[in-house]
Amino acid sequence: MKETPLSNCERDFLLKAIQEKKRLDGRQTYDYRKLKIMFGTDFGCCFVELGKTRVMAQVSCELVAPKENRPNEGIMFFNIELSPMASPAFEQGRQSELSVKLNRQLERCLRNSKCIDLESLCVVSGEKVWQIRVDVHMLNHDGNLMDAASIAAIASLCHFRRPDVGIQGDEVTVYSPNERDPIPLSIYHMPISVSFAFFQQGTYLLVDPCEREERVMDGLLMIAMNKHREICSIQSSGGIMLLKEQVMRCSKIASVKVSEITKLIMKALENDKTARKAGGKCGFAESMPQERITALKKDETAVEMTDVTERANDIVLNAEVLPQTQSLLVPLPGMGQVGKDLPNSWGIEEYDQDEEEAFNSDEDKQTTMEVGEKQKAHEDVVEISDSEEDEVVILQPEAMDKAHKKTSSSSHLKEPAASKKRHRK
Amino acid sequence: MSSFRCFVQCGNMAGLELLSDQGYRLDGRKSTELRKVQARMGVFAQADGSAYLEQGNTKALAVVYGPHEMRGSRSRTLHDRAVINCQYSMATFSMSERKRRPHGDRKSTEMSLHLKQTFEAAVMTQLYPRSQIDIYVKILQSDGGNYSVCVNAATLAVIDAGIPMLDYVCASTVGFVDETPLADLCYAEESGGVSSLALALLPRGGQIALLQMDARLHQDNLEALMDAAMTACKGVSKVLDQVVRQHLQEASLATGD
Repeated sequence: MKETPLSNCERDFLLKAIQEKKRLDGRQTYDYRKLKIMFGTDFGCCFVELGKTRVMAQVSCELVAPKENRPNEGIMFFNIELSPMASPAFEQGRQSELSVKLNRQLERCLRNSKCIDLESLCVVSGEKVWQIRVDVHMLNHDGNLMDAASIAAIASLCHFRRPDVGIQGDEVTVYSPNERDPIPLSIYHMPISVSFAFFQQGTYLLVDPCEREERVMDGLLMIAMNKHREICSIQSSGGIMLLKEQVMRCSKIASVKVSEITKLIMKALENDKTARKAGGKCGFAESMPQERITALKKDETAVEMTDVTERANDIVLNAEVLPQTQSLLVPLPGMGQVGKDLPNSWGIEEYDQDEEEAFNSDEDKQTTMEVGEKQKAHEDVVEISDSEEDEVVILQPEAMDKAHKKTSSSSHLKEPAASKKRHRK
Repeated sequence: MSSFRCFVQCGNMAGLELLSDQGYRLDGRKSTELRKVQARMGVFAQADGSAYLEQGNTKALAVVYGPHEMRGSRSRTLHDRAVINCQYSMATFSMSERKRRPHGDRKSTEMSLHLKQTFEAAVMTQLYPRSQIDIYVKILQSDGGNYSVCVNAATLAVIDAGIPMLDYVCASTVGFVDETPLADLCYAEESGGVSSLALALLPRGGQIALLQMDARLHQDNLEALMDAAMTACKGVSKVLDQVVRQHLQEASLATGD
């Protein structure tokens, strides 16, 4: 399926925002998205979430015959699968340009830099060696697949345990994990790739581009380094022209980022190790956060607390004194009314309010007279509301037969504001 | 041949010294010396542009067709510029072991993509909207620095075809051994586990069209290595310029001016 083309206004918007050093998700120019590394229940299974980009890597091993020109070295094989699950633009089975590019970059980053001791994978020289196969699957494409893939690949290689092998003379026995503990691979260093996207012919540069930013970029520079500040691979792609200073600057930024990411990977490996030792549940299902709608949890919000007392005192001093209104009416014992004849504070539209006021001003005179009359007439019947339309009357149990009501509204206390409900036609 | 390979494997350990104490390399060059470059333009009459370039023992042939109407999938036409289509292949007899798959394997596809990227940066494609330019490069003999030789040969072929470019595109592969950058690596040096950097440069503006590096190199050495690569590229550009001028002279003599 062909990718939905990016509209011109979206492209212009993104480029303009980048010119003003603003990114879609609010990051700074050199910020990475949130990186989460989780391991599965099997050794060698690793999930990486870089923002919304999700990648899974799985390491497996097999005994094979070695290559003829390297009889005492193991074989490393990398494979990146761009499945249609990740993005509708990826087609099943077809080796697109992007797939070739990512595969070659990962191979060069991990294999040519010799991060794994291949000679330790040799079992019988010239006959049997371990072939380590790393399969990386893209689960969701939201930009920067290369970085996520490299982190997943190296983390899963660090996590992997291969079966132990015993050699007695000519016989080779491969012990299953139940018989002998599997042993980890010997990893010299951890190369991690950092991607830089260039815009406007190299004027602006962003680290870790998301999918939208990738669509409008001019070119990409990928630098793979390890934490010892050794560059393992550099690859520029896209039709951009770089200058030497730009490349040097990018390599400096990359060294900072790589050390941060390496720390994160080590921490994730440590956590997984402790979780397994403690016998607790580990694996992908456990590490997924439970997202329930019924669970409402709000994080603490920081409140600015500096010079709070001074500000509070200022406010108190400068505050106006509100007029004390005696608006509490006690028509009957056990019953009180508050707020009668006060200005309406419900914020109903001006039209209504003006009309109302005009209305009420005549009404008030009337009703006060009425009330007065009634009160003289029936001391136990109290007018609460001054609305013309519905009359609120409090009935006293003894005086029920004496009271005559105009409306059928039941007796209930109504605040004057609420009584201004309209029954307009 | 197998014994030669044996030596190469244990390169740094015993036997083969990539850089001797006196500063001489395996083939007697100094560390900044380039291999001998010999080139010919216009080797094929049928193609729009063609060139043959030798750098030491590495021999490459480049052929350019275009700009012409878009062939194949019309949907890939770009409305404002030309599409550059590159294909890199190695002859089956180019290496010491017969190459079973000259096209279609991952390394060839990657090289083709890199060539495409390099020339998209240098060729003035805005002058030919809705067209296609084909660049085919074949390695006849491989002795290290494949990518650089391809780029140099293709530059000459594009010039021979008369397609306007921003500048010569010159490439070279440099390596780092014993704290010294070595310019223009040969096969023995490349496979000896040396960190190699391939750089394609437009010499006049110092702009880098492609940068590719493998194997471990400490960050502090990167600048020195890049400087060596840029110097080597500038050296190559002088040679290419001479070749073009000489070809023009011969051509004008032949047409009798």
